[in-house]
Amino acid sequence: MTADSNPALLDTEGPPGPGATATRGRPGRPSARGPRARNTRAYLLYVAGKLGGAIVSLFAVLVTSFFLFRLIPGDPVKQMTGGKRVSAEQLAAMRKEFGLDKPVMTQFWDYTGKVLSGDFGTSYQFHAPVMEKITEALPATLLLTGTAYVLYTLLGIWLGTRTAWRNGRLGDRLNTGLALTLYSVPSFWLGLLLIITFAVGIGPIPGMFPTGGLESGGETGFAYVVDVAHHMVLPVITLVAVGYAQTLLVMRSSLLDEMGGDYLTTARAKGLRDDLVRRRHAVPNALLPTVTLMFVNLGTVVAGAILVETVFSWPGLGGLFYQALSVPDLPLVQGLFFVFSVAVILMNTLADVIYPLLDPRVGR
Amino acid sequence: MTTDSAPTPPSTPTPPPTPASRVRSAAPSAPAAPGGSARSLARARRRHSAARFWREYRTHRAGLFGLAVLVLIALAAVFAPLLVGSDAQSVTDAPGKPMESPSAAYPLGTDQFGRDLLGLLVWGARISLSVGLLAAVLSVAIGTLVGITAGHFKGWYATVIMRITDWFLVMPTLVLAIALAAVMSGTIWTIILAIGVTTWPTTARLVRAQTLAVESRPYIERAQALGGGHGHIMARHVLPNVMPLVLAQTTLVISGAILTEATLAFLGLGDPTNVSWGGLLQDAREAGAVSAGHWWYLAPPGLAIAIVALAFTLCGRAVESVLNPRLGATR
Repeated sequence: MTADSNPALLDTEGPPGPGATATRGRPGRPSARGPRARNTRAYLLYVAGKLGGAIVSLFAVLVTSFFLFRLIPGDPVKQMTGGKRVSAEQLAAMRKEFGLDKPVMTQFWDYTGKVLSGDFGTSYQFHAPVMEKITEALPATLLLTGTAYVLYTLLGIWLGTRTAWRNGRLGDRLNTGLALTLYSVPSFWLGLLLIITFAVGIGPIPGMFPTGGLESGGETGFAYVVDVAHHMVLPVITLVAVGYAQTLLVMRSSLLDEMGGDYLTTARAKGLRDDLVRRRHAVPNALLPTVTLMFVNLGTVVAGAILVETVFSWPGLGGLFYQALSVPDLPLVQGLFFVFSVAVILMNTLADVIYPLLDPRVGR
Repeated sequence: MTTDSAPTPPSTPTPPPTPASRVRSAAPSAPAAPGGSARSLARARRRHSAARFWREYRTHRAGLFGLAVLVLIALAAVFAPLLVGSDAQSVTDAPGKPMESPSAAYPLGTDQFGRDLLGLLVWGARISLSVGLLAAVLSVAIGTLVGITAGHFKGWYATVIMRITDWFLVMPTLVLAIALAAVMSGTIWTIILAIGVTTWPTTARLVRAQTLAVESRPYIERAQALGGGHGHIMARHVLPNVMPLVLAQTTLVISGAILTEATLAFLGLGDPTNVSWGGLLQDAREAGAVSAGHWWYLAPPGLAIAIVALAFTLCGRAVESVLNPRLGATR
């Protein structure tokens, strides 16, 4: 039951993990071993439930982004004019222009309709549609945070496995300590320090990397790729350093949980080498909680780098959010808030949907 | 999400021997107990379990280290006026020249107004610590209230409230906190509110799970049979049993709250009239300390944030593994 349902996670020989024993040990659950059709239907029902939940969440995000930014700050028109002297007629004209003279519920339905058709209004600051600014900045963000995401996930899993397998030794304690320390460090501060040390240069260390941005300009072809990669080094290091601790800790504790398992003793008794026991038997089972975390983190790939992007002047969504906040450019803040929340919700839902395929014990 | 510092929440911590509640609720039926004996019995039991907790906690070296660091920094924050003078934050009569390098008079140099950075660092501890503590207390209080009521009252109330919790849980915490802080004016209290309101759901889920476990025990049924109302059961029976979990969760939430406070201050959403560590970093960036290579301006505030956050995390993990020995391996 394990080998064919999650080929991505397991080696070709599916080990008889605790999943198998746990299901066998519980007689009162026919669906886990019942006919395939019933399984599929149960799964589809489960997926439908999760999708329904996601739609409710999306609606809640819509409500929040509308009311949070429209009702709390008081009069949005006064906010826009920023305390300047404006006549009553001008205020009234502005209210009419932004549709603020209509009843709140009418405004809300207008807003919902617009958001659903991808229209988040016009940015005060750039005098351009919010959607356009967001699509412009999205690739840069995905490039940066996506790279960092892949690196810190792999690093976290690798180090987590190593530290758990050598639980209690000096290397384990040093690794866990370092991860916890880096986890407590504010990402923007680490970024600033890296800029000072490796971009500006202190003492004998010369400035080796560019201070910010995505490109130096004027490069084409392969030189452009190298240039962008050169610009990515410091922000990616920052994101990886701050991010890998969580994966490490989860991987470590779930592998520690598995290590007492009888099936590992069996595997050793069969005469398998130690790293085969680890790679084929312990790690695939311990990976499951880490997979959940991976999806949750994937949702924050879009929103996760507000500070690092700001510090490195990276032309992505996070940097845009900071610019929008400093004005404050409410339509842009609102639009980005919506996009960030939607990304997280979609990824969480995806995790919920995929998880039962990986671990048949869940959700049936 | 960065603030969620408990990757492995304690699933079912073993609660300590039921404290005061059981003894006290038994008191009316106890035959002619001399006045206050139930109470003193409870107090002795509580003292005993506190002593045992401390004995266990002492064996966690990392936890002790974190505690020692926290006590030192808290003392420095409390006695800031005595240590560095109460006018350290004053811009108008700053003692030094702007942007001085470290020297004997100013061990960490001066900022762009000529203020002593060491003094600002010590004063900043007050804001960072108090905002972190208060926000964590608010967050954990909301989470406990929601968790206990959602676990106690079943039916539509629990469904609705857990739906709301789930929704808060999936929202990107930092983004929501930034949005809240941006729409409210920047004072310490709005920062505390923004952090507290956005971080409670993890606690709520933990507390709800523990409440469900506690409520399935027979003595709750007994209390109900004796006529205990909802309020009595929640306050006298459930709350004492979830308290250890709440305590561990608080220490973990604090480090997240301190980091979030620094982040908000760095984004310029903090209280401009008070110096905090995040605010110092923002000042440093705006004063051009990065391009000038003034690392002595930048390094200390961030280091302070990291040390305090780490210390709280270490304490939290130690408390967690004392209360839940199954997690002992994570030490």
